[in-house]
Amino acid sequence: MLKSLRRAGPALLMLAPSLILVGVFVYGLIGANFQTSITDNHTAAQATGQKPSVVVWFQNYFDLLGSEAFQHSLKNLVLYTVVFLVGTLVMGFLWAWLLDKPIRGEGLFRSVYLFPMAVSFVASGVVWRWLLNSNQGETASGLNRLFQIIGLDFLQNNWWNNVTWGITAIAIPAIWQLSGYVMALFLAGFRGIPDELREAARMDGASEWKLYRHVLFPQLSPIALSALIIIGHMSLKAFDLIMSISKPANYQTKVPAVDMYVFKSSFDYANAAAVGSILLIIVAVVIVPYLIRTNRQEK
Amino acid sequence: MTTTTEPVPTTPTGTSGRPVDLHRKAPKSRFSAGRTARYAVLVLFLLIVLIPVYVLFVTSFKGAGDAAPARAWALPEAWTLENWQTAWTQLSPAIWRTVQMVVPSAIIAAFLGSLNGFVLARWTFKGANIVFTLILFGMFIPYQAVMIPLNQLVLGLGIPSGVPSLILLHVVYGIPITTLIFRNYYITVPHELIEAARVDGAGMLRTYWSIVLPISIPAFVVVLIWQFTSAWNDFLFAVFFSSSQNGPVTLALNNLANGALLQNYGVSMAGALFASLPTLLVYIVLGKYFVGGLMSGSVKG
Repeated sequence: MLKSLRRAGPALLMLAPSLILVGVFVYGLIGANFQTSITDNHTAAQATGQKPSVVVWFQNYFDLLGSEAFQHSLKNLVLYTVVFLVGTLVMGFLWAWLLDKPIRGEGLFRSVYLFPMAVSFVASGVVWRWLLNSNQGETASGLNRLFQIIGLDFLQNNWWNNVTWGITAIAIPAIWQLSGYVMALFLAGFRGIPDELREAARMDGASEWKLYRHVLFPQLSPIALSALIIIGHMSLKAFDLIMSISKPANYQTKVPAVDMYVFKSSFDYANAAAVGSILLIIVAVVIVPYLIRTNRQEK
Repeated sequence: MTTTTEPVPTTPTGTSGRPVDLHRKAPKSRFSAGRTARYAVLVLFLLIVLIPVYVLFVTSFKGAGDAAPARAWALPEAWTLENWQTAWTQLSPAIWRTVQMVVPSAIIAAFLGSLNGFVLARWTFKGANIVFTLILFGMFIPYQAVMIPLNQLVLGLGIPSGVPSLILLHVVYGIPITTLIFRNYYITVPHELIEAARVDGAGMLRTYWSIVLPISIPAFVVVLIWQFTSAWNDFLFAVFFSSSQNGPVTLALNNLANGALLQNYGVSMAGALFASLPTLLVYIVLGKYFVGGLMSGSVKG
């Protein structure tokens, strides 16, 4: 007992500043946020404490989930996530696969594919807003104009101004930014597979497809899972790109993170907090099992 | 824009927070149909990825005469630096504020992460793994889920909005990722090294200071780059904790691009290039470490 205390004591002391900060700013505030979310704190007077708020329990959650506007945000979130995930995983895998075998100029390709990751969503939003201009025909600019120039006029569309599918247009710049990251993950995976393994499979007469199916894919699946988790949780927090390409008030591109901002701006703290908690629950459902699994694997 | 200077024979395990070198030895030049097709596809993707870069540069040099949509993809009729000058006047105060915000927050978060990483990897105690997982969770939370009370807390603590608030937030919410990267790095430090110090009677602080810290430089580079990039590019905290008068460059750029009723794309694109320059420079010069940071983001230790 004493021995373990002597060992844990200094260690905990060293961790203390971070533990206190994370304890307060992550766990404490999650609790405080939940407290706000179950009140009727919907007005500026209540937000500033001039008028009292009453606990209404889960009323805000029911109202939100029942409202057509918030359902639309959730639907957008699902669409965005699916397109973003599939896009980055497919592109990232394809690029890694193309670059896996030795090739001249590999460094150049890799660097160019990866560089958008270094740019902020706000900065890339500036140029993508221009590229995703919804004007068509005579007044078209951006990608629609490019489609005309290369003779693919039929591809012209109104991008993020489409009420149903608009949000998927916002996923395009997100895919542009993060595919290189997924490529780097997969490439490290490919390179981590010893050449002997491939050789052995080829010696046994495995076809290229069988080699991938039975030897390489299983080796890559932990990486695919990591990529899925990282891109997935980024996607659930989507905010910057939407704010810089579209507008927070635009119905067609709204997602929960944007709703939260709009509620906060109008001093509807209870609903803002409730949206935050809903997002947290969605993220936690995915992340917590993953963290537990990772933790267990290490033992 | 190649990031690799020379092929270093490191194994790209990728999760240790060490610089990662993905390069393979140069291939023998030999013509084959398969390879040509592969090149064609790679070049095609290269061009697609570079489309926004072309647009950014070309538009930023365009004057009023190029406003017609028909000239959208053409080179400027007359090249002008006007947009760049306007963008610089508008953004330079914010860029300076961002530097003041990013540098201290990166250094403090890196230092805390290094302490935590050392304890959690090499001075462990019962339950250390649970503590680590609890810290790690902070990396994944949507900040929307703490934003309302966070706002009240920061206000209540009397921390001025703008740079001081943002430093605090980037340090606090940077702790999980910096801890992760350092922990994964220190796990590769041989146990014997630590045990030898312990047998010699060195305490925890001394072991950290004289054994661990001196070999931590590669991990510090990775972490500093990571923190620098993510704080520089942050927009969410900027929106909630600063204004156009005291906020960082992402906020200023967004106001520049979306504030005016009539969009001036030339100025906003020059501004976007200004705002991206520091992180791009870091990426070009220290690309290997940048990738190292990205890899460490993939949790598995």
